[in-house]
Amino acid sequence: MTPMLAVDWAYWQETLVKVGLGLVAVLLLTGAVVYLYLFKFVSFMQSRLGPMEAGPYGSMQLLAEVGKWLQKEDVFTENSDRIVFGLAPAIVMSSTFLMFVVIPAGPNAVISDLGTGIYYVLAMTSIATVGILSAGWASANKYSLIGGLRAAGQLIAYELPLVLAVVGVVIQVGSLNLQDIVHAQSDGAIFGWSGIGNPFIFTQFVGFMIFLIAVQAELTQSPFDMPIAESELVGGYQVEYTGIRFLVFFIAEFATAVGFAAVASTLFLGGWALPADWASESTMHWLGPIVISAKAVLLVGVVFWVRFSLPRFREDQLQQLAWKFLIPVALLNIVVTGTLKVAF
Amino acid sequence: MNAQLISLFAAETFEVPANIAFSIIAIFMVIAAIRVVTTDNVVHAALWLMVVLGGVGLNFLLLQAEFLAMTQFLIYLGAIIVLFLFGVMLTRAPLGRSDDLDNKQRPIGIVVGLLVLGLVSYSVIKTFGSDKLDFSAYDGSQAVAGNNRTEALSDAIFSQYLIPFEVISVLLLAALIGAIVIARRD
Repeated sequence: MTPMLAVDWAYWQETLVKVGLGLVAVLLLTGAVVYLYLFKFVSFMQSRLGPMEAGPYGSMQLLAEVGKWLQKEDVFTENSDRIVFGLAPAIVMSSTFLMFVVIPAGPNAVISDLGTGIYYVLAMTSIATVGILSAGWASANKYSLIGGLRAAGQLIAYELPLVLAVVGVVIQVGSLNLQDIVHAQSDGAIFGWSGIGNPFIFTQFVGFMIFLIAVQAELTQSPFDMPIAESELVGGYQVEYTGIRFLVFFIAEFATAVGFAAVASTLFLGGWALPADWASESTMHWLGPIVISAKAVLLVGVVFWVRFSLPRFREDQLQQLAWKFLIPVALLNIVVTGTLKVAF
Repeated sequence: MNAQLISLFAAETFEVPANIAFSIIAIFMVIAAIRVVTTDNVVHAALWLMVVLGGVGLNFLLLQAEFLAMTQFLIYLGAIIVLFLFGVMLTRAPLGRSDDLDNKQRPIGIVVGLLVLGLVSYSVIKTFGSDKLDFSAYDGSQAVAGNNRTEALSDAIFSQYLIPFEVISVLLLAALIGAIVIARRD
């Protein structure tokens, strides 16, 4: 970011600006995704218009909703554990925002270009489970507790395929760093033809599909919405939450969707980069963020498309899919990728 | 004061900031560790333990062991604590105080604790003695530094320490199968 603006900033100034810009970008994308898919896309799938009154085509609806949540009373149940109850949304939210630290949006547009990039993302997202479990427990509500337990069981089960699906890409690149993964794709070639670089969706298609399925489950979106099954558990671990605390859960849910979509596009679709000979690096400074945002928003669209198309899995089907199908396939994918990497 | 601060952050080595950060983390860890054993709620104890284990991860970061720190976060915070909480909540999850968390084995506990402390301190001091860590800033980007250390770690595991690594894998597999056998008595 600094070379583009040609200002020599101290490290803390640079970090402050990067964090600020990153926060704005994440919240804007989250808002766009909620409006585009949760309000409009699903409405059209169900042959209705969706919100139309607030702003042109209801585009200001989200601001109205946020305003509504912000002015609600802060309600606790009588027996709830207040400290843990209040802490739980904060844990979930920080786990969500921490994952954006390493996702690159341009040649220099990354808050901190960690060497362990993708591993860091997986570590940070896994912490959200603690927040969800404590939310379910601290609410002092049977439905919440069952929802929290279901969520934990599901998140643990689907974290394994998520991690294993990434390993294929890491083996191909030979680095955990997300910038290295992006460059490997934009500078790569398919059998000597470098026209579109080498996005790993071709070589790692199995990994890509497993990653998307696991992300769907990590986000607890239908067909994996056992933890918040509204017809059985009212709302799972979120039952007792209202007002600003519910808003935090809501933002975290959709920001995580954006984050996972951005990670998936970085790993499998080439990230912020266009193939090496399409655009110069100076162009990518401003084009990169647009490219990755577009890819991420498209992938979130896939998540929501599946969410509104498929009915909910039973608990045993859900666990069987993870342990008996996804994990063996992911392991096989790693073995095949490793063998091919050594062979060629 | 200001000039001093600037020279502190622009220095070639970050030994002083690392020491300050370590002190703060260590104080939090000690308080949290005491709360783990003195709190009268099992879930609170697990959450305090999370602070202790997270502090260990941050200390790994201070030692520039990035991969180890991420593993600490992923395994201990994301899996072990979750399993603790899961187990506690699945069997019984009392809200508020429980009176049956204390027992009369404090003297034995203190003796065991001191013995472990002595043993660990002795082995650490014996092994490392007056070795000094190189806290000088890495010449190059953060990513390159992190990757180099991760590569060095993986090279060590898969060459010099390959046999211990494989033995541990088999041991864990045996433990896993044993747990399944005990759980399924049909």
